[in-house]
Amino acid sequence: MGEVIVITSGKGGVGKTTATANIGTALAALGHKVVMVDTDIGLRNLDVVLGLENRIVYDIVDVTHGNCRLKQALIKDKRFEGLHLLPAAQTKDKTAVNPEQMRELCSELAKQFDYVIIDCPAGIEQGFKNAIAGAEKAIVVTTPEVSAVRDADRIIGLLESAELRDPKLIVNRIRPLMVKKGDMMSMDDIIDILAVNVLGIVPEDEMIVVTTNKGEPAVLDNYSRAGQAYRNMARRITGEEIPLMDLEADTGFMNKLKKLIGFK
Amino acid sequence: MLEFLLRVFGKNSSSSKNVAKERLRLVLVHDRADVSPQLLEELKEDLIKVISNYMEIDESALEVNLDTSDNMVALVANIPVIRMKRTAKRSEKIG
Repeated sequence: MGEVIVITSGKGGVGKTTATANIGTALAALGHKVVMVDTDIGLRNLDVVLGLENRIVYDIVDVTHGNCRLKQALIKDKRFEGLHLLPAAQTKDKTAVNPEQMRELCSELAKQFDYVIIDCPAGIEQGFKNAIAGAEKAIVVTTPEVSAVRDADRIIGLLESAELRDPKLIVNRIRPLMVKKGDMMSMDDIIDILAVNVLGIVPEDEMIVVTTNKGEPAVLDNYSRAGQAYRNMARRITGEEIPLMDLEADTGFMNKLKKLIGFK
Repeated sequence: MLEFLLRVFGKNSSSSKNVAKERLRLVLVHDRADVSPQLLEELKEDLIKVISNYMEIDESALEVNLDTSDNMVALVANIPVIRMKRTAKRSEKIG
C-alpha cells in the first residue's frame, strides 16, 4: 500500500503546486511509482507546471463519476518511469467531487502507487475538505510572511481536528540575505510560532520562474537551489536523514563568485 | 560583521522581522482563542477547582471570557465570592 500525502497551505500563491510537482518528480527520479493528483477543480494548474497540459483527455471528475476508468485518466509523464498525473477538471466546480469519492479514489490509487501526492486548492472550504479526505499524511507550505504563517496555523488546526496529526512544514521562498539583516522571519522563527516539524526549506530561486515557464520541474535542473531543496525533501519522505540546506552558504560574495565560475 | 554593524546602528531591535513576529503572535492569540469555547469551559472548571480550595464561590454566576480589545488579549474572570475559608484545603493537586 502506498502513502497518501496532501500538500496544503490555506493561503494561495505560496507554492503548493510547485511543491507538488517537484516532490512528485523527485520521488519518481528516486525510482518510486508516483501519482500526483490535482484537486483544484475549476482552477487546474498542476498540468501546466508539469508541462502536461496538452495530453489531458479525462480528469478527476470523469473518474469519480464513472465516465472513464481510472487508468484512462492517468497521464504518464514520459520523463520518468512511474510518474503519473491525475488532472483536475477545469469546467466543473469543487462540489463535483465529495469527500467520500475522494477517499475511494485515494485508496484505489494507493494500491497502484508508492506515493499519492495530492495538490490541495487554496482556502478551507469544500475543495480543502475533499483534498484531505483520503490523505494519511499532510505537508503544509508557508512563506516567511505574516499572512501565510497565520493561514498555516489555521490549516494545522483544521488538519488536526480531521485526525491528520503531525503535519510537516515547508518554508518556501526564504531570502537568506533579508533573514540575515533581520528583515525576514527565519525558519526558526516560524517553527517557534507554529510548533511543527520541518520537511524542508526552499530559498527564493529565480530558476523556479524559468522552469515553470518551460513546464519542467526545478528538480530536473541540477543548478537550481530550489530544485536541490525539493530533491532533499523527497529523500526525507522516503525515510532518509538529510540535513537541512545551509542557506547562508549562498549569501557570501566569495560563494557567489565560486558558483559563477562553477566551483559549486 | 553585518550583525555587529546592525547593533551599532541600533537597527536590530526595530527590525521588521520582529515587528512581523509580534504581529503574528497577537493575531494567533486571537485566532486560536476564537477556535474553541470548549477550551474555555475546561479552563472554567479548573479555575473553580483551584479557587474552591481557598474560598466558596458562586459557580453559577462565574464568568470567564477572553477580552480581545485593542492590541491585547486579556483573560477576564468575574467570580462572585460567597465566603472565605479559614484555611486553605489542598485536597488534590490541579493539573
